[in-house]
Amino acid sequence: MHDRTPDPAAAQSAAITARRDDAAHPALSVAQLRKTYAALTAVDGISFEVRRGEVVGLLGPNGAGKTTTINMILGVLSPSAGDIRIAGIDLAEQRSRALAQANFAAVYAALPGNLTVEQNLRFFALIYGIPHLAARLEALLRQFDLDTLRNTKCGVLSSGEQTRVALAKAVLNRPQLLLLDEPTASLDPSAAQTIRERIRRLAADDDCGILWTSHNMYEVEAVCDRVLFLSRGRILLEGDPRRLPAEHGAETLEALFIRLAREPLSAEERTR
Amino acid sequence: MKLRPIAGILLRQFYLIRGSPVRALPMFAWVAIDIVVWGFITRYLNTMSAGRFNYIPSLLGAVLLWDFFTRIMQGVSTAFLEDVWSRNFLNLFATPLTTPEYITGLVITSIGTSAIGLAVMLVLATAVFGLSFFSLGAMLLPFLLVLFCFGIALGILASALVLRLGPASEWLVWPLPALISPFVGVFYPLATLPHWMQLIARGLPPAYVFQGMRSILAGHPLPAAALLPGAALALLDVALAGYFFVRVFRYALRTGLLARYSAESVS
Repeated sequence: MHDRTPDPAAAQSAAITARRDDAAHPALSVAQLRKTYAALTAVDGISFEVRRGEVVGLLGPNGAGKTTTINMILGVLSPSAGDIRIAGIDLAEQRSRALAQANFAAVYAALPGNLTVEQNLRFFALIYGIPHLAARLEALLRQFDLDTLRNTKCGVLSSGEQTRVALAKAVLNRPQLLLLDEPTASLDPSAAQTIRERIRRLAADDDCGILWTSHNMYEVEAVCDRVLFLSRGRILLEGDPRRLPAEHGAETLEALFIRLAREPLSAEERTR
Repeated sequence: MKLRPIAGILLRQFYLIRGSPVRALPMFAWVAIDIVVWGFITRYLNTMSAGRFNYIPSLLGAVLLWDFFTRIMQGVSTAFLEDVWSRNFLNLFATPLTTPEYITGLVITSIGTSAIGLAVMLVLATAVFGLSFFSLGAMLLPFLLVLFCFGIALGILASALVLRLGPASEWLVWPLPALISPFVGVFYPLATLPHWMQLIARGLPPAYVFQGMRSILAGHPLPAAALLPGAALALLDVALAGYFFVRVFRYALRTGLLARYSAESVS
C-alpha cells in the first residue's frame, strides 16, 4: 500500500498538462438527457454545459429532476436517452475513464461512519488511483482543517466536520467536474461561508467546473456564475443569478424561484 | 482491471476488521466451536463403535470442509454487506471502480478471512482430535479448490440477490448453505438420498467433493475422474454468478435502485 517517493509538484504539473490537453472540452457537456420511469418522465431532454472554472447552479423545486440529473452524471443511474461527456469523455462508452475526471459531495451520501477520516480518504484515494497518495492526503487534511480529526471515525463527527471530510474526498482526484448536492445544507452560516469560499477558490485555482444544487438563493447568488432552473424535468430558465430576477420582473432570486416553482413560465416568457 | 482500486477494497475491509473485534471474532470463533462440538461427538461415537469404525475423518473432516465452504461464501457476502450497512453504494459506484474490480476485491477479502478460519480448524482438529488431514497432503487441494470456487459463486449470487431485493433480503442469504446441505451429502453417501434429491445433487459441486473425500478415506486413490465434473460445475457457477451480478448491477443502474439504495428499496 506504500506509494513511491512523493513528488506532489510533479503530480500537479502532470495534472495541469493533462488539463491543457483537455482544455478544448467543457468540464461537463449534457445533450438531450432524458430519464423515464414507465409513464413518469423525470428528466425531459435537457442540454447544458459546465465550463472550466465555472460554478453552475442547478435549481428547482423538490421533484424537479435535479438529483436524477446528478445521479445520471455520476454514472449511478442510466439515462433513457441522451449523451453525457465529462471533460470530453463519453460516460456511457468509457464509464471508468470519465468518472476518474469527476467527483461529488452530497448531504445524503455520507462517507462510511465506521472508518476514520484518514482511512476513508486513503480508501477513496486508492479507488481513484491517486499518485503520491501520502503527500496528497496530508495536503488535504491541512487544507480542510482535518489534521486533528484524522483518527476520528466519521460517524461521530459533527455535520460541519462531515461536510469538510466529504469535500476533501470530493477533491482528492483534482476533478475536472465537481458535483455538489446541497453541500452547505447542514452547516451554520459561518461554516457555510467558509465552505463557499473554498469552493469558489477551487473553481478558480484548479480550473474545475462545478455543478451546484442548493435551495439557498442567497448562496446561489453569492457562488454561482450561472444558474439553470429546472422544473418537471425541463430547463425553464438559464442565466446570471444576479440579473435573472430583474429580467423576469422579480425582486429577488428567491421570489423568482417561488414564482417559477408554483407557476412555470409560458413558452413566450421562456424565450425572452 | 487496475490493482489500486482492488487494493482499496481490501484496505477498507482490513480497516473494518482491525478496528472491530466483533468482526474479527466470527472469522475463527464459530468454526472453532463447530470443530470442538463435532470433535467430541466423533470421540463418543468412536467409543460406541469400539474401534470397528473411525468417525473422526468422515465426520470431523466433513465438518471442516463444510465450514470452509460456508466461510468462503460468507466472506464474499459479508464484505459486500459492509457496503450495504454503511450505505456506501453511491460513494463507491460514482468512482472509476469497475464491477470486476469490486468483485475481485470481495473475493480476495474472502480468501483472507476464510484462510484464517481454515487454519484454526486444521490446528484444532489435528492437535486436539487427531484428525490426520495433513497426511492427505496435496490430495486435499483439489477438494478445497472446488469448494472454494463454489463458495465464491454462492457469495457473488447472494450479493447480487441483496442488491436486487434490498438490504432486508440479507436474511435470505445466511441460510443458503444450510439450504443446499441436505443435497450434497456432507455426512452420508448420496446413495442414501431419494432419486430426486440425487438428481439435484449432481448439479452441486460440493456433492462431488464429499463423495470423493469418502472414497479417499475408504483407502481408494484420488477419484480425479469423479471430481472433474464437480470442478467444471464450480467454474461454470463462478462465471454464471459473475454474469448474474453484472446483470443485476445494470438493472440497478437502469431503475435507479443503486442511487436510492435503502431498506425500503425492495422492488
